[in-house]
Amino acid sequence: MSGVRLLVGTKKGAFILTSDARREKWDITGPHFAGWEIYHLKGSAADPDRIFASQCSGWFGQMIQRSQDGGRTWEPVGNKFTYDGVPGTHQWYDGTQHPWEFKRVWHVEPSLTDPETVYAGVEDAALFRSKDGGQSWQEFPGLRAAKGHLWQPGAGGMGLHTIVQDPGNSDRLYVAISAAGVFRTDDGGQSWQPKSHGLKSKYELPDPEADVGHCVHRIAIHRSRPNVLFMQKHWDVLRSDNAGDSWQKISGNLPSDFGFPIAVHAHEPETIYVVPIKSDSEHYPPDGKLRVYRSRVGGNEWEALTHGLPQSDCYVNVLRGAMSVDSLDSCGIYFGTTGGQVYGSFDSGDTWTPIVRDFPAVLSVEAQTLP
Amino acid sequence: MIRVRLPEHLRTLAHTESEVELEVGVPATQRTVLDTLEARYPMLRGTLRDHDTQRRRPFIRFFACGEDLSHEPPDAPLPGPIASGAEPFLIIGAMAGG
Repeated sequence: MSGVRLLVGTKKGAFILTSDARREKWDITGPHFAGWEIYHLKGSAADPDRIFASQCSGWFGQMIQRSQDGGRTWEPVGNKFTYDGVPGTHQWYDGTQHPWEFKRVWHVEPSLTDPETVYAGVEDAALFRSKDGGQSWQEFPGLRAAKGHLWQPGAGGMGLHTIVQDPGNSDRLYVAISAAGVFRTDDGGQSWQPKSHGLKSKYELPDPEADVGHCVHRIAIHRSRPNVLFMQKHWDVLRSDNAGDSWQKISGNLPSDFGFPIAVHAHEPETIYVVPIKSDSEHYPPDGKLRVYRSRVGGNEWEALTHGLPQSDCYVNVLRGAMSVDSLDSCGIYFGTTGGQVYGSFDSGDTWTPIVRDFPAVLSVEAQTLP
Repeated sequence: MIRVRLPEHLRTLAHTESEVELEVGVPATQRTVLDTLEARYPMLRGTLRDHDTQRRRPFIRFFACGEDLSHEPPDAPLPGPIASGAEPFLIIGAMAGG
């Protein structure tokens, strides 16, 4: 019987929530790696029981864990992330150059086709790949060659937090970095180009032609239309219809276009979801109301989804990696909050249910649809 | 035989009891103890020392015989009671926070 497995990374461990396709009753295991920060977990599309997890600690550094049995048991694999060659420098907060230093893995992205291949997005921003199931990691130095000396950390660090694979073209990948922008490769990661045309960041980047330095928070695609990308930027929600070559703002009637996650419905490529946050200085929902906004027309026209979500005195945040969808017939949408709730909707967002209420602050949510 | 006591998170990671016993060559130093520890428990590589520089991670501390040895040179001989196994070599996650 088909079902859903939610992989939830939190400030104090990982949790796995599993349900059958009705999504009425959830079995919860965890905390796995109790006490460690789990930035991200993700299962392999090629082998769903193979899951990778980024486990880190201010004391003990970075670990990568791998499960071969759907998260029941885990084994540590390679945790050595060494930049290719002389790491060089990037721009620091005060405008000086600062050495590149590995801090943590923000995002693990298993290959869509090969269970042995997995990508890792790290801070300070770089992209690594393992071709041996996570045992060893090699950097793609061509990414940092895309004006890396001009990249600068955002307030949360200079993390490569999003990796998107083109499902129809294994040579094409997108990555997003705070605060450097969105980049695309068309040659399997050897060379990269900033894809910033149409992005405006007038307060952070006075130069309207700047092609790096944009604080991209998240990008998302629908498998059926890999040339259409949606973006939640620091401010602004945008879309591209040409694989990132140009972007158009689609914030429309959102109450705020600041936010972190963005997600696309599994079966409706023009239905997208964001969670507006009041501002970059007040990281909570406008008016204390937790509202997901949905556009069914690819942006600009948005409707608030509130049923089942707290509509007063709610001051949680929803982080960039903390929203995901399943691909069951009635698409499930999930998101986790910094207050430790994981909400699910099993009717495309019309109604919401708290699956859990009292986890540690949620850093990431990934939904796996099980056969 | 040298006794090494690990902090809780590393015990969990290495699937060990709180204290492990290691055969370390003479003279026993921080470096030889940690090299031996990592050889037996490879998953601890990178958790105590930087992979490339082999320098102690900032919030890791080494204590022995009531003294903080964290800033001692890594090749300095450890105190006699550590080398003899009478006292444990303590690896501590430093208090950090508020």
